[in-house]
Formats: sequence, C-alpha cells, structure tokens
Amino acid sequence: MNNYLREQVLLTSGVNVLKCMRCGKCTATCPAFDEMDYHPHQFVYMVEKGDIEALMKSGSFYKCLTCFACVERCPRDVEPAKIVEAIRLSEVRQQGKNHLVPDSIPDMLDEDLPQQAIVTAFRKYTK
Amino acid sequence: MQRIGVFVCHCGTNIAATVDVKAVAEALGHEPGVVISQDYQYMCSESGQNLVKDAIKEHNLSGIVVCSCSPRMHENTFRKAAAAAGLNPYLVEIANIREQCSWIHREIATATEKAIVLGKAAVAKVHLNAPLTAGESPVVKRALVIGGGIAGIQTALDIAEAGFDVDIVEKEPTIGGKMAQIDKTFPTLDCAACILTPKMVEAAQNEKIHIHSYSEVADVKGFVGNFTVTIRKKARFVDETKCTGCGLCTEKCPMKKVPNEFNLGLDNRTAVYIPFAQAVPKVAAIDPNYCLMLKNGKCGICSKVCSVGAIDYKQQDRLIEEKYGAIVVATGFNPIKLDRYDEFAYNTCPDVVTSLELERLMNAAGPNGGTLLRPSDKTHPHKIVFVQCVGSRCDDSKGKSYCSKICCMYTAKHAMLIREKYPDTEVYVFYIDVRAPGKNFDEFYRRAVEQYNVHYIKGMVGKVTPLSSGKIDVQASDLLSNEQLHIDADMVVLAAAIEPDKSARPLATMLTTQMDTNDFFTEAHPKLRPVESATAGIFLSGACQGPKDIPETVAQASAAAAKAIGLLCKNSITCNPCVAHSDELMCNGCSACEKVCPYGAITYQDKEFRMPDKTTAVRRVASVNPAVCQGCGACTVACPSGAMDLNGFSNSQIMAEVDAICK
Repeated sequence: MNNYLREQVLLTSGVNVLKCMRCGKCTATCPAFDEMDYHPHQFVYMVEKGDIEALMKSGSFYKCLTCFACVERCPRDVEPAKIVEAIRLSEVRQQGKNHLVPDSIPDMLDEDLPQQAIVTAFRKYTK
Repeated sequence: MQRIGVFVCHCGTNIAATVDVKAVAEALGHEPGVVISQDYQYMCSESGQNLVKDAIKEHNLSGIVVCSCSPRMHENTFRKAAAAAGLNPYLVEIANIREQCSWIHREIATATEKAIVLGKAAVAKVHLNAPLTAGESPVVKRALVIGGGIAGIQTALDIAEAGFDVDIVEKEPTIGGKMAQIDKTFPTLDCAACILTPKMVEAAQNEKIHIHSYSEVADVKGFVGNFTVTIRKKARFVDETKCTGCGLCTEKCPMKKVPNEFNLGLDNRTAVYIPFAQAVPKVAAIDPNYCLMLKNGKCGICSKVCSVGAIDYKQQDRLIEEKYGAIVVATGFNPIKLDRYDEFAYNTCPDVVTSLELERLMNAAGPNGGTLLRPSDKTHPHKIVFVQCVGSRCDDSKGKSYCSKICCMYTAKHAMLIREKYPDTEVYVFYIDVRAPGKNFDEFYRRAVEQYNVHYIKGMVGKVTPLSSGKIDVQASDLLSNEQLHIDADMVVLAAAIEPDKSARPLATMLTTQMDTNDFFTEAHPKLRPVESATAGIFLSGACQGPKDIPETVAQASAAAAKAIGLLCKNSITCNPCVAHSDELMCNGCSACEKVCPYGAITYQDKEFRMPDKTTAVRRVASVNPAVCQGCGACTVACPSGAMDLNGFSNSQIMAEVDAICK
C-alpha cells in the first residue's frame, strides 16, 4: 500500500473509488480489454487498496484508448478512465519515464499519419 | 399568581452526559413563578411520570415545563400525565434539550447554558398558556382505496371483511394491476392468474366493495375521518350497467392494429377492447385514440352488433363526489423506461426485452400462447442472456439509486422456468450480487443454479450488439475469472428497475402526504409506523411506499387495512385544539390568510359591528373552521394586522419565548 501515490492518483483524477459497487460494467464495455494486463475494474479496485506501483509497472494504462465508454456506462459515476489517466500521469511525470522520445519518431512516420497525432502523442506520453 | 413546576430529564446519559442537568434544574428554579424544579433519570418512565403527577397535586401547579427530548417523542406522555393529575394537558410545555441541545453539542458548559435558555423560554411561554379543550369530529364509515392492484384489492377485501364500505378507484379499465400480467410467482411457482383472479372476483362480488374502474382521483378535500373526494370516471363509451362482457364488439371491430398495453405492445388489440379474459369488471372500453367512429364519425359497427345497446359514443367524463373516513394509497409501480440505455440495444433490437415483457411472452394468454419465441422472427431461442440491475443501484442520471428488490428473484424464476420447459436452451445470468433474503428465496436461487444449471456469472453486460445473422453479440465481464466474454445470444432479457407510478406525485399533492426523492410515499415512521403516512387518515399499501414483492405487498396491504379499520371503528376522533382563530375586531378582511391556508380552512363572511359612534357597519372578516384547520400557523404569519392567532402558540407566547432567550 503506497499511501502517497494513492492520494496523488485520487487527487489528480478527482475520482471517488469508494462509489464503485464492483459490477464490472467498465471491464465489460472496454474495447482494449485484450491488450491489458490489468482491466478497468482492477484499476479502480487496486487504487482503492493503494496498490498503485503494480498498475504503474504494468503499462496497461498505455493500452487505454481513452474512449470513455467506461465513464459513459458506469452506473455509479466512478469514471474509471480518469483513474487510468491519473496512473499514466504518475508514471510519465517521473524522471526519465518518457514513453516517447523524439529520436524514435522518424521510424514511425508514414504519409497517412496526421501531424496532430504526433503532437497529441507527445502530450500524452511525455512529461 | 402562576405556580410552575420544572422537570429536567437525564434521558440516561443521552442528555446528562452533555448537559449538567442539576445546574439546569437549579437555574430554572429561580425563574419567576417556578415553585418546584427537579431532575430525574428517566422522566418518561412510570416513576418519572408519578414524580410529575405528585408534584402537580402537592404544589397545586398551574403549569409544568419538562426539559427532555423532542415534543414529537413524549409531549403526549406528559400531557396525559398532567391530565391524570387534574391539570389541563395544554398547560404542559416541553423544552427540547436532547435533539436541540445535548445531541448536537460537545462542550458541557455551553450545552448547559443553552439548555437553561431553552428552559427559560418554555417557562416564559407556559406563563401565558391557556387551558384548551379538544373538540371531536365524526368519522365517515367508508374507506377509499386508490389503486386496484393486488395491494388495493387485498386492502379493500380486508376492510370490507370488517364490515365497512370501501371504494376502489382504478385508472385502468380493469383491476388486477401488475400481478395480472405476471405468469408465475416466486418462490413457489404457482400461477399468478390462478391466485389473483379469485380475489378480483371476490372483490367484485362483495357488496361492501364498489369498484370505480377507468377512474381517477380528481380532488381531495377535508381531513382525517371526513375526506371529500372527487372521482373522475373517464368516458369508456360503454355503459357499464348494460355491458355483459360478451366480447362480440371486440370481435367485429375493424380497427385491429392498436398496440395491446396488457401485452406491453407485443401484439395488437382492437379499438373497443376488454383488457384480458378475466378482467373485472368485465366491461368493454373504447379507445378514443383509435376508434374510427369517435375519430371521424364513420363506423359504428360495435354499436350495431351490441345486443344490449351498451355502446354510447356520446359518453363524457363524469365527476362524482363521495365522503370517506380513511384513504389507502396503493398506486403501485412501473418498470422504468430504458430509452437512455443505448448499450443494451433495447430500442433497436426486438429480441432485447424487459423482464415484464418476457412474462407476457411466456404467458399462456400472451402473444405467443405461452410458447417462448423470439419477437423478431418467432423462432425458438437457444441462448438467453439475463442482465440484472438495469437502472437499479445507479448513481448516474439515468437510473435509480435504490435496489429494486424483486429482480434477483424473478430472474431466477425466469431462468428456471425456461430451463424446465426448454432444456435445450442455455441460460446466462449476469449479476452483481444475488440478493435473496426471504423465506425460501435463497434456496430457490440455488435450485436455479444446482438443479437447473443456469449459468450465473458475476459481472455485468457492457454492450449488446444485434448482428446481421440474427444473433445478438453480448459483450460482458466475468469478474471471477477476470475475462471479457462474448456470447452469441438469441435473446437478451433486461431486469429493468422499478419506479413508482407516475400518478403518485400529483396524488401526493392532493393528499398533502410526503414523498421521498424517488417519489415513493414516505411512511410516518420507518420502523414503528410503516403503513401510515404522516398525514392523519392516509395509509400506504404496497409498492407505492417502496419496492416490494407480492407476499410483502399483501402483508402490507392487510396491515394498512387494519390501520384503516381501527380508524373507521371510531365514531368520532379527537381534534387538535391548537387551531387558528381570528380577532374580528382587528381583521381588515384582506384575504391574505385565506390565500396561504393549505387546508382551505379559512372563509370570509360579512358581519355587522357596532361602531364607536353607535352606528352599525357591515365588515368582511375571516373565520376559521376549527375542524379543518391543522394548526400550521401560516395564517398568523401572513396576517398584516395581527388578527390571526394560534391557540397554544399565540403571538404573545412566541414573543415571550423570544424575549426569554434574548434576555
């Protein structure tokens, strides 16, 4: 249990994890389910328990499409996607944890890739 | 000279732990007029009451102040004690030093100070108390039951059994309510119609019960024991006294494409219709939205075929007025609309149905004659997915915050019945928790799992997608194995949350009863007065008060009947003497009080007055009907000339209290 990280995540996400009634509709609705080691309902539950480091280590949060289907459909208004987002921030805001480095960009470029996507990716994956 | 006694209660440690009761008794003993001031551990106990009674006799007290809990709790106790000792009960004042002092404060010093101030205010008030005598008002020996479902029917039967006349007002053309639409009942699986319809017939044949079907309550006036209710008998365009229910008109009616609300729109009925075969009263009604004759004056076939001449296209809504001593509300429930749950595809896929629709699909009198078929292509479904808690236990804007209570059990029932009748059909139930607290309920649910092999999966359905193959893709979570499932189902059944009937809120306004934020009627006390509303003479029966299954509804219906009978047995009831009265010499006839009175207790009349110059003048002055006045005090505040005053809470008494507090 890492209380500091837990408070940090709760603060940045603004989510009250105690509202969750463990129905699993977030996970039922998630289109990125197969890509993730930890699933939306686990994010909520593990934050409640304070098990934040495991979530940060897993990298599952990089698989979230931020489609917000879980937020839209959660019957308790818990907003799991905001938790996932807060975990991502906790990870990339650490020293040297940028998920995207400028040098790797040229390899990814293709002519269909809009420039906006690169800007967005930098916003999302770097400090 | 006043002789006042003060009695300070410890309430165990409830008050004494936060308020120095000895100091309070000591301080109040020095107030003017106080001749005795004492404290005691439990003033409401018999020995505590005896203390009060003895003091009244010994010191010849002219008024008493009890510093204790809220007057809602024990005012009556001490009034009775005073009366027993020969003191007028309205010479008793309560200073609330528990709810308004000890329970809400922490520091002994400040709490004690406040308790003393509250006590002083009560002493100041009791100086001005006048002895009051409660009047009596007669009780009309007739009850009204609003709603003719199983709750209303049971209540009416019980009241009639006790020998009182009772009217049922039902807004649909037949009584029976939701139970008439249900196929089988849990946990015994007996047929709902087989146990309900005998009760419907019993109600119809009982000479004490008068059924006003296709009718609504239009207005309620009066008060406990003496309500005057206006009932709107909606035009059904069929003379109830002539129609024999032969059904010939419904056979011949050419307008056959009217959605049948009894089968929840799953099939059609005719414009002139009898809701179902066992309807009570078995009288046809014409739907003016579809009848060709009523819409454009061309048809009239039903009138031609009716051998008794019961069809009357000129019928109008009729208002009747009746007096009642007691009113029982039994307005029931409805499943919520699922329009806003796009993820379950309820609006786009006909094979996604609600549980009540499934009841009709499985019912022998339903659209498929009891054979379970998919509504879209009338084929036999081989895989059915049930989704629990659709709209229940929600904290979002779409659903209800409460548990609808009945869904776990009826879903287990549906799953079991399907597996029993169609063993080749696989049944999945997605649940959050299975809530089965009730006699033989958990055993019933376990039977569904163990004996009938229903697949109960802990998780929720996230998305339902109708496929071009006719199958339905159900994307769901299985939380115990941490998987996301895709089930290719043939049908999906949604356990929609239930909500109070829409007619409940306007009715609550008419009855001046309280509702909670979900529009369920609020009981007078959640534990000790569960079938009474806070408004005297109004009782609650069935799901209008909260989600309930049939056994609970029937139990509450009989309980409400018992309470109503208890009231109807009395020849008269004691009125509250704390009512308003106007000083005619001060009244300027402005009508301000009449406008604010929520009970319609104030009228104006022209009266002759002798003026100072010995002439006679006619002035318009207010007059209060003490039988109707509830003593709310709104008029006393509204009156600009100070003419309105409330017995027991007079303007001078309130000012004396304020002065005592501010001193």
